[in-house]
Amino acid sequence: MNGARTNTLASLRGSIARIEAPSEANMPNRVALGHASADAMLRGGLAAAALHEVFAGGHQGGAATGFIAGLAGLLSPRRPLVWVRQDFSDLESGALSMNGLAELGLDPRLLVTVRAADVEAALRTTADALACDALGAVVLEVWGNVRQLDLVASRKLTLAAQASGVTALLLRIAATPIPSTAETRWIVRAAHSPPGPAAGGWGAPRFDAELVRNRHGPVGRWIMEWKSDECLFSEPSAYPQPVAAAPAHRPHPAQGGAERRLAG
Amino acid sequence: MAAQEIPSVVVAKQHNAILLHAIDEAAVGAGLSIGLPLANARAICPELVVYDADPAADIKTLNDIADWCDRFTPLVALDPPYGLFLDITGCAHLFGGERALLQIVTNALSRRGFAVSAAIAGTSIAARTLTRHASGKIVADGEEAHAIGPLPVAALGADAAITSGLRRAGLKTIGDVAARAHHEITARFGADFTTLLSHALGQGDAPISPRKPLPDYIVEKRFPEPVSTDTVIAMTLQHLARMLVATMDRQGKGARQLEASFFRTDGAVRSIAVDTGRPVTKPEMIDRLFRERLDSLNDPLDPGFGFDLIRLAAGRTEIVVQQQRDLDATVHDNDELSALIDRIAARIGGKRVVVHLPLESHIPERSALAVPAQHHLAAAAQASWPERVAGEPPLRPLRLFDRPEPIKVPFATVPDGAPHQFTWRRALHAVVRVEGPERIAMEWWKQDGKSLTRDYFRVEDAEGQRFWIFRDGLYENELRDEAGEPVSANWYVHGLFA
Repeated sequence: MNGARTNTLASLRGSIARIEAPSEANMPNRVALGHASADAMLRGGLAAAALHEVFAGGHQGGAATGFIAGLAGLLSPRRPLVWVRQDFSDLESGALSMNGLAELGLDPRLLVTVRAADVEAALRTTADALACDALGAVVLEVWGNVRQLDLVASRKLTLAAQASGVTALLLRIAATPIPSTAETRWIVRAAHSPPGPAAGGWGAPRFDAELVRNRHGPVGRWIMEWKSDECLFSEPSAYPQPVAAAPAHRPHPAQGGAERRLAG
Repeated sequence: MAAQEIPSVVVAKQHNAILLHAIDEAAVGAGLSIGLPLANARAICPELVVYDADPAADIKTLNDIADWCDRFTPLVALDPPYGLFLDITGCAHLFGGERALLQIVTNALSRRGFAVSAAIAGTSIAARTLTRHASGKIVADGEEAHAIGPLPVAALGADAAITSGLRRAGLKTIGDVAARAHHEITARFGADFTTLLSHALGQGDAPISPRKPLPDYIVEKRFPEPVSTDTVIAMTLQHLARMLVATMDRQGKGARQLEASFFRTDGAVRSIAVDTGRPVTKPEMIDRLFRERLDSLNDPLDPGFGFDLIRLAAGRTEIVVQQQRDLDATVHDNDELSALIDRIAARIGGKRVVVHLPLESHIPERSALAVPAQHHLAAAAQASWPERVAGEPPLRPLRLFDRPEPIKVPFATVPDGAPHQFTWRRALHAVVRVEGPERIAMEWWKQDGKSLTRDYFRVEDAEGQRFWIFRDGLYENELRDEAGEPVSANWYVHGLFA
């Protein structure tokens, strides 16, 4: 490839980037997660009117759902939330429980669920919903690796989100990340929760959230705790109660957990 | 007959005998009649071609003809096995009068190879009686008795026993029967027959039961030349939508249910319905809903040789409440949301777009109900969900399995205690944190005798995943076999916590 061509390509790429990058004037407003170091890394928080992806292993569906529900709650307080899912994801990772949502401090009254028969219908419905500026956020839940959710599809979603100001959240359980136009990409696992008020029980949900892609900044990995009362993420807080002694015949849960996570 | 046609008959099994069910003209010429045993018929006419009767296909054909007849009037009723009632009140003038309409129907059906007999009268029963023996007749109101009197009693279509009874009594025509005193006929043949008789004579009318409810508004466009291109069809729909909205608007109505019907020249009719969550008052919205629906059809609209009639009907309408739309942001948002829900529902079906309502039940899987968003959006927005207790960690899982998934608990634990480990979906989970049990008894007032009390535990495994598991049944009294010996308990995962 000669120099002139490279230059042309570079200038074209530059102009595409200029067209695609939202200008400073209408820079998407950012919603703080509440977790200080993650917010700093994200330059103030999660960008609204963009596409964000959350990936999780097949057996981490609960944690990933909790994380994305938290994001949706932050991004669209008091505005309707559309959750698009496939029929069989109810079987794979369970139906969304309204009581469970309420327990996390989110409002089930604002939720409209769409049960699509296939990925095409789900994608189309999501693009449609993203065009509706009355919504706060749209969650698309897709189970497994699907061919249809390629770069073109994610670009469509990104453009629709930019046009309307509605945030698109993509929940991918049991899927491997592929190139996309997402603003951020997270891999979420469950983290050990702090001891709760009841003996032996647990406290607030904690997530091991790994930011693996950030279009406009560095990446990182944090343990986040969801504060149901304030509807915010936060740093894992220290709890005054003593941790219940781990049974002697099993390894310490924290160590065991770390090793297993590396393996899976 | 020039060329000797081979008679063909349709047979059906009745009372363990194979009888002729229907016969063609050649068979009539050969001296066969309906009801004759097949063996006798073969003896009369050995070259007979025999077909088996298919009542289901007959009904389907009748329904198809009824679909086709929808183009003349919205009120079409089936009169099985072979009849159709068309209520043409107020419709005949659109087709050039009653006689012309009768001609159109008869000719069109005859062309398609049906043997048609049709008649018009003031009451449905009178018309039906006429078709049996005086096809093509049009009887004005009040002249039924005169027209029907000379017909044989068989034309009434009463039970064979009644017909033969009347004939044996020497009453050959309907007029003969009507001349007798009412109470004599009732005493001998029953009140139903008297009613039938008086309806046939135009005294009172039995209402027909149309196949479809009458839509509130209908607009339609007929084409002298059949149309088949998508552009023309789309433009016609737009035009019809504008007409429909203009008509509804005069009465302050908006459509909640819309149906577009496409009548093909070959008689096939395709109807496409869309429901809306709010009354629709804009032609563009109607147009858009139908476009969504048409785009998503698995079997696209097949124009065949073209459509000669396209109809748009508002099946259900509602009075529209006018609201100030520009200033109030919530009204705008609600409008946008319900329009979005309508569009999605038009494409993938109304039952697939749901909102959630709380149910008064402590059984976890019955504590919420998913209902179509189109109809329950307002109710869902005002639903009152149980308040969460501030400061408490979540007590209920975020994802709940419709059917709790069985897990393997490897060895017996302390009775009433939680397991130390369990296997779910072939993965072993070691339990490090447990809270429970929370005992949830089934609704004994609905009990089928099989549901057991559940002891729920919130457990966290070594990886930090949080599960909601339960043991089905209580050790002390429920988990016993018939001899009273304890049986092992079944464990299930019911949900996943965030």
